[in-house]
Amino acid sequence: MAHHSEHHYNLEQRFDFSSSIKKSILTVLGLGAILLGIGIVLSITGGHHEEAGEATGHAFHWYERVYANLWINNVFFTGIAIIGVFFFAIQYAAQAGWSAPLVRVMLSFGNWLPFAAVLMIGTFFVANHDLFHWTHSYLFDKNDPQYDQIIDGKGAFFYWPMEKGTFPAFYIARMIIFFGFWVFFFTKFKQFSQQEDLQGGTSHWFKIRSWAAFFLVFFAVSSSVSAWDWVMSIDTHWFSTLFGWYVFASWFVSGLSALTLLVLFLKGRGYLEMVNENHVHDLGKFVFGFSVFWTYLFFSQFLLIYYANIPEESVYFVERLSSDVYGPFIFVNLGLNFFLPFLVLMTRDAKRHGVFLKLVCSLLLVGHWIDFTLMVQPGTLGHNGGIGLVEVGMFLVYGSAVALVVLGGLAKSNLIAKNHPMLEESYHHHI
Amino acid sequence: MERDTHFILGVYVDENVLLHAVEKVRGSGVKIHEVYSPYPVHGLEHALGYKRSKLPIAAFLFGMLGTSLALTMQFYMMKFDWPMIIGGKNYAAFPDFVPVSFEMTVLLAAFGMVGVFLITSNLKPWAQPRIFDVRSTDDKHIMAIDLANNTSLKEDKIKSILTSSGATEVNRKSFE
Repeated sequence: MAHHSEHHYNLEQRFDFSSSIKKSILTVLGLGAILLGIGIVLSITGGHHEEAGEATGHAFHWYERVYANLWINNVFFTGIAIIGVFFFAIQYAAQAGWSAPLVRVMLSFGNWLPFAAVLMIGTFFVANHDLFHWTHSYLFDKNDPQYDQIIDGKGAFFYWPMEKGTFPAFYIARMIIFFGFWVFFFTKFKQFSQQEDLQGGTSHWFKIRSWAAFFLVFFAVSSSVSAWDWVMSIDTHWFSTLFGWYVFASWFVSGLSALTLLVLFLKGRGYLEMVNENHVHDLGKFVFGFSVFWTYLFFSQFLLIYYANIPEESVYFVERLSSDVYGPFIFVNLGLNFFLPFLVLMTRDAKRHGVFLKLVCSLLLVGHWIDFTLMVQPGTLGHNGGIGLVEVGMFLVYGSAVALVVLGGLAKSNLIAKNHPMLEESYHHHI
Repeated sequence: MERDTHFILGVYVDENVLLHAVEKVRGSGVKIHEVYSPYPVHGLEHALGYKRSKLPIAAFLFGMLGTSLALTMQFYMMKFDWPMIIGGKNYAAFPDFVPVSFEMTVLLAAFGMVGVFLITSNLKPWAQPRIFDVRSTDDKHIMAIDLANNTSLKEDKIKSILTSSGATEVNRKSFE
């Protein structure tokens, strides 16, 4: 019985980002870079796509595929990073006790945010015309034969207060404001949490809770709008009213999977000994529950469009389902992101044992990355997309870069918020 | 001795004392019939050594039954019994069937689970509950020990085990 036992956990533990871990991550990064390089060389020399493209008047260049992949991974890993901060804020706003030893692990994901901001803004300035149809100025010129009335109507959302078709000031401003506030809140949370280590007491906990409430309100708006900006605007004519939620759900499952994997990794190396199968069970429940939530949104979006069959809406699924390149991946997407977690994590035992969670969470990360690939590629690459060496290589490069940054940040301070007022409660967590 | 008729009852005031008492009593070889408490005591089912409920399996099977019934019903209706074209789709358009199948899964899983729970817990409208000690609905925890299940131990021995485990009273109760 846990009721009267004494706890002697090491609260001063610090993650040792040893050179052997760094070496394995760098090996993956190198492998990814090699695959990416081979993929690029093959697409330059292969070239049968280009011929097909030239025949129809629009030449396809190998770098467009690289840009699209940069964008997929920018969005995907930004999501994982901000979900870490979001989940941290949720623990405080909900006054959760069970997660007290895990808050630092959640928050460490935010270390990627400044890098994500630079990469995202940089990629946009380099690749805007290849990624976003609405960046072409002829769409807004009434005298141009390619003038597009619908996009002209949406133009102010990107260009205000500038003239449409010039510099997308409003769009860039939103990107900078979102990243700026996210990094700001992340820094504040980190600061308060570390002050709590030094000073103790409950005042820092209350302070973080108030800040968390403001952050959550801001995140509710910014996560939706960033999903429209960064993903939905690729298919500029098309819109879906639940798209913000859909991207959020995909982000949330990816973030929870990454968190579960990181917690299991740390436990496997002897850290976080107070985190037992009850805490792991709760993480498993989150992964399971939000996988179902993602499916709910996926199907809600699909069914209404399929049933109503309005051409301007159904084009989104026609582009994907009736394409040789993307069609099969819709079913891979559903299989990995719904059937796998639903069937494997249904039982209690599967959620309490690391083996099943490690398998499912790794595959979920791949699954949701495929989900983002399916959101970005058809609108940017058309029939020249797919999942090949460039995609796998870029994913590995980004993934290992994120791992280096996040683990590096994690190693900088204590792993446990030792003066968190609910640590004692979390030791007794029993479900 | 007839089963389910003669009981020794230990009365406990404090839930922590009760939890340790359950361990001590079981540790000294006494089989506990049941513990009655006015509110749920966290960890009690663990201390009593209860196995996990099999109710989720019933829920899963009834859920599967719901899914199959819903799909069969819709395919039969839409494909064979009264084919209708809705929204220009095929007669048997699978995506259209998902919401109803989902609802039927939830409905049958819930009903099935409640039904199985009521049956396995013997909760029928005409069931006559046996009151071991009326204070178990107020402020006392009552540990009931069926003498027929503990024939290897003398009655006095059981009573002394209960007293030493922290019971404030030890009573005997027989049912007709």
